[in-house]
Amino acid sequence: MSIVPDNLKYVKTHEWANLEQDGLVQVGISDFAQHQLGDVVFIELPERGRKVIAGEACAVIESVKAASDIYSPVSGEIVDVNTVLTDVPELVNQDSYLHWLFRVKPSNPAELDKLLIAGQYAASVSSV
Amino acid sequence: MKETPLKQTPLFNLHRELGATIVPFAAYQMPVHYPLGILSEHRHTRTAAGLFDVSHMGTVRIDGDADLYEHFEKLVPGDIQGLLPGQVRYSLLLNDRGGIIDDLMVMRPASDTGQRQLLLIVNAAGKQRDVEHLRSKLNGNAAVEWLQQRALLALQGPKSAYILSHYCDAPDRLKFMQCGEFAVDGFGDLFISRTGYTGEDGFEVSLEANQAEAFARSLLGFPDVLMIGLGARDSLRLEAGLPLYGHDLDETTTPVDAGLVWVIGKRRREQGGFPGFSIIRHELVEGPARKRVGIKPNDKTIAREGTEIQSGGRAIGAVTSGGFGPSLPGPIAMGYVETAFAKPGTEVDLIVRGKSVAGQVVSLPFVAHKYVRYSVFSI
Repeated sequence: MSIVPDNLKYVKTHEWANLEQDGLVQVGISDFAQHQLGDVVFIELPERGRKVIAGEACAVIESVKAASDIYSPVSGEIVDVNTVLTDVPELVNQDSYLHWLFRVKPSNPAELDKLLIAGQYAASVSSV
Repeated sequence: MKETPLKQTPLFNLHRELGATIVPFAAYQMPVHYPLGILSEHRHTRTAAGLFDVSHMGTVRIDGDADLYEHFEKLVPGDIQGLLPGQVRYSLLLNDRGGIIDDLMVMRPASDTGQRQLLLIVNAAGKQRDVEHLRSKLNGNAAVEWLQQRALLALQGPKSAYILSHYCDAPDRLKFMQCGEFAVDGFGDLFISRTGYTGEDGFEVSLEANQAEAFARSLLGFPDVLMIGLGARDSLRLEAGLPLYGHDLDETTTPVDAGLVWVIGKRRREQGGFPGFSIIRHELVEGPARKRVGIKPNDKTIAREGTEIQSGGRAIGAVTSGGFGPSLPGPIAMGYVETAFAKPGTEVDLIVRGKSVAGQVVSLPFVAHKYVRYSVFSI
């Protein structure tokens, strides 16, 4: 069984979003996703300052098996990327909730309310 | 269109029991990896011993008269008449343009007397077509039988000889590219060759399908032996620089541009008598228009199959196999480039997701082969 923390919001494409106290949204991939991907060997992060809309592909995770697009759960500006993952991409396999990919300054914070809550996401992946 | 149900190998239940992730591959349900994962399975094979189910590949027996090898040479560029009893040769079925229909292992059993026999191991995807091709070309001169009741297991890695020595003396009697039949208590007659697709020392074992699961379970009783899926099989062969049919080789590639000139026997290079000889001879003299090479991206970016290779903004080739090499560790690829750019050290650009990534042409293999070869100096 994969881990689905209660305090995060999710997208059916297996990203999680976390609204931080400073108003930024941290984005990563779910434990289910890292398990499905298998050993992660390369992560391509977006450029800082890039404007994205919700559902837009803006990062790529390469596992030994294949390349997978990562979609931003919310619209806004990429203000920070986790460059540690550029050098040590396998950290995502160790803890995909600790090792976020990028931070978005949301242009429409209400989008967060439309994301899946933990129970809904857990139900969607338990049937896979 | 009617969907054909996927086939299963004799080890299917064992794969399920071991928790394999099963994917469709060449009309079979095959294990791509086990819970350990591709990276660890790959490393285990390089350091201990990996057991692979390759029963989806085709085993074909050809029986004929004293002139069987001459007839078979009309289909492949290899020196088949020069094969010694118990010797294995890698060869290629060629079309009339010198293109590769399939790559295969050709084995001359140690025990043939009077009647001539060859055993072939062909790729899973093309086995039906290969059998039809062999039957039509050898028509009347040999009997072609597809041995569908055989299973094929590969035991690969530095500890495989020690493991197999518990069953028979094949590790003592066989060197790289040699084969023989070995009676093993409880498992019947095993046809064993010291061959593989990982670059490691190792063996491939053909046995009756109904013995395969028991034999596999027995091997897995050794702590050094783990079952390995197709994912690691692919990264192991890529590191070893070994081409994969349907990706690095196809009907438009010739032995010359594929860098497989060594497959063409010396006598055959002069005398010909195989499909596409005039085209191949021309390429041997003039040089091919393109060549298969190894490529290393300079950073961690993975250049997968289909990635365009450029020089100075101009397309000069494409990647045909690309992935992550766990032993390096780092990204590695194989592909074809125009001959002018095929020299190791040549700087190239790889176009990955619309962005240019610098890379370098390198010589193959990426990881040195560790075959246990026959030497005239060995005792």
